[in-house]
Amino acid sequence: MAERNPAERDDNLLDIRNLRIEAKVYPPGEEPKTITLVHDVSLTLKRGKVLGLIGESGAGKSTIGLSTMAYGRGGVRITGGEVVINGRDILKQGKRGVRALRGREVCYVAQSAAAAFNPAHRLMDQVVEAAIGHGTASRAEAEKRAVALFKKLSLPDPENIGNRYPHQVSGGQLQRVMTAMALCSQPDLIVFDEPTTALDVTTQIDVLAAIKDAIHDTGVAALYITHDLAVVAQVSDEIMVLRHGRLVEWGGTRQIIKEPRQEYTNALVSVHEIEHREQNPAGTPVLSVKDVTAAYGRSHVKVLKNVSVDIYPGQTLAVVGESGSGKSTLARAITGLLPPEQGSITFAGRTLSNALAQRSKADLRELQMIYQMADVAMNPRQTVGTIIGRPLEFYFGMRGRERDKRVAELLEKIEMGKGFVDRYPAELSGGQKQRVCIARALAAKPRMIICDEVTSALDPLVAHGILKLLLELQAEEQVAYLFITHDLATVKSIADSIAVMYRGEVVRYGPKSKVLAPPFDDYTDLLLRSVPEMEIGWLEKAISGRRMASAGN
Amino acid sequence: MLDIRRIPIGALIGLILTTLFLLTAIFAPLLAPYGLGEIVGDVWEPMSAKFWLGTDNLGRDLLSRMIYGARVTIFIAVLATALSFSLGAILGFTAAVVGGWFDTLMSRFVDLLMAIPTLIFGLVVLSVLPSTILTLILVMGILDSTRVYRLSRAVAVDINVMDFVEAAKLRGEGRGWIIFREILPNALSPLVSELGLRFIYAVLFLSALSFLGLGVQPPQADWGGMVKENKDGIVFGIPAALIPAAAIAALAISVNLVADWVLNRTTDLKGGRGNG
Repeated sequence: MAERNPAERDDNLLDIRNLRIEAKVYPPGEEPKTITLVHDVSLTLKRGKVLGLIGESGAGKSTIGLSTMAYGRGGVRITGGEVVINGRDILKQGKRGVRALRGREVCYVAQSAAAAFNPAHRLMDQVVEAAIGHGTASRAEAEKRAVALFKKLSLPDPENIGNRYPHQVSGGQLQRVMTAMALCSQPDLIVFDEPTTALDVTTQIDVLAAIKDAIHDTGVAALYITHDLAVVAQVSDEIMVLRHGRLVEWGGTRQIIKEPRQEYTNALVSVHEIEHREQNPAGTPVLSVKDVTAAYGRSHVKVLKNVSVDIYPGQTLAVVGESGSGKSTLARAITGLLPPEQGSITFAGRTLSNALAQRSKADLRELQMIYQMADVAMNPRQTVGTIIGRPLEFYFGMRGRERDKRVAELLEKIEMGKGFVDRYPAELSGGQKQRVCIARALAAKPRMIICDEVTSALDPLVAHGILKLLLELQAEEQVAYLFITHDLATVKSIADSIAVMYRGEVVRYGPKSKVLAPPFDDYTDLLLRSVPEMEIGWLEKAISGRRMASAGN
Repeated sequence: MLDIRRIPIGALIGLILTTLFLLTAIFAPLLAPYGLGEIVGDVWEPMSAKFWLGTDNLGRDLLSRMIYGARVTIFIAVLATALSFSLGAILGFTAAVVGGWFDTLMSRFVDLLMAIPTLIFGLVVLSVLPSTILTLILVMGILDSTRVYRLSRAVAVDINVMDFVEAAKLRGEGRGWIIFREILPNALSPLVSELGLRFIYAVLFLSALSFLGLGVQPPQADWGGMVKENKDGIVFGIPAALIPAAAIAALAISVNLVADWVLNRTTDLKGGRGNG
């Protein structure tokens, strides 16, 4: 640990004053210009406290987090203000001073541990590297410390897990190893950059609990960056809400989530509520999946085992489960991308051929799909007009003015104006991209749309807008949705019926009110308990109350 | 957009020289002071006001032959490159999209062709076939298309698994649309830069063939052949062979400068405007 003057012990560990961060951007066709990412933000953090930085993407939260290590990502420059750590302004320290700081006084936990670890080295070598490099511990000492941390973070086989390579442990475990890496050099401050965002809900809860315990036991201070207010409420003492690089509100955790003073904070807190009245299954199902079994290649591992679900016209079936449960594979089986080995799929009274190539144009038209990552679901070299217009040309033979008129109508429907016709996908925001994908699916006038995690890559407020739009369009067009998601909050707000999947099987299936009413089976119980709630102390309650451990362990 | 002040100096030199070479090739009959096969002076006359670059081993004006040579060399190289690109790219994309046995068959066949050194393969084929410009273009184009096939297949395999291609397949689009409308626009940038390099390889290949006597046949002039015709003069300190050699080098370097610049400008795969 860094030496410090006992007199300043009670002072702030971190004191950021009027931080200003700028970047130079090169917009195509224009002169390069400088934009300000962070506008004069100030914050202080006491020893052993946790401050949550929260905001949507582009709010500058990661940029502020990294500034505590005097670091700016690709082309980002810290142009003003002071960052005082342990009484020194690190922005004035020069290279040598910064090098002494990083990995010793301030450590960093990245969002994607899988991408942040070097796949060619054993975990232990990477965990102890900083401590040895700074000379704060001998190798034996550091390894002893690492094993103790592995134990504290409840990793399996703490004595030997360090001998493994990054690909040999699961995503949730890797994230905890990364936390151990940050703690190993006994820093004063750790920056957690969305450490649980890439994890399943059931895994997230374990990692969150481990991080919280570790912070508590070691007395380290932390900046916890996330866009999920419910998560940050579990670990932080204080919360700072940011938007467009400006401070919106800063207060105690209880005050922010219970009595937000700013309108924007209020919008973030109450984002998950959507009015939707559950409809009862009526008439004949538009899509009926019967006893479908599927596997990739000639593998003996069945990804889907005897799956049967029905979807009724104009209604929404939500398929929930953690990654690897087979929910996306179900979508691939229905669309014909992965022909099922057994079972049948009936769509609008017709039995669908298993393989995509044998399906009629009408079958293809009436069954559309929306993807999770909108930016790769659209050809980057086509304009919005071409993207939405192509299904019109392809299915209905529309050309010229007739087509353009219909494209304009569809753009109107997704609440985007005519001005977007000539835009390329790269020139749209995340939410707009997803809207264009929705319009492309709607252009085919489908009976059913498969929505594969359509809101998972979006900020909560944007996702909220997309969900509302989907529900409105459903009411207008009477289209059915197969909604694949791992987010139970989304399910609660839009589904009519729910299928819970676990390891390729449907473990619970029925109308929403029945599926979400007790008694629960063990897995559904675990899923429900793992959804973070905006309540202080939820984490401890959830951990102690669950009946089975998550698959990530 | 394209702003002349933002073009790096190297690329600018490359652009100017390449344009000069191209203009020379196009307007050869207008620019050349003498005829192609016209014997106008003594053997290997030095540079003078009458013969700017001197005369060659038969007393023909070197400058005129250089200008006509540019025409033949660049014409053959352009057509051979065009052939290799259309053939290689279409087959490469098709192999990536169709996959399965077609891909395996094509790829192994291309491996087979690539296993034999191009020059030796070309020499064998050309010594059997009659040496006309058409056979030259065909042989060079087909041999070069193996390289283009490799590149375009590799690029297309990556694009083929993107969600937007899957979306097109789910829509029921045919292979033609997927290859030409979904994959080709996204594969264009690496292909364009490769185009420059392949063109230069074609020039060098043609020059090598002509030097060995299997390329362009006299009395037609091409740079490689002119090096061969005048190579004996070097022993007597006559620089006539060096001039066409220098022209080959200058063309190679200037086209490469342009290709490098195009590659730099188009490595951004995010798409959109102004970087296509």
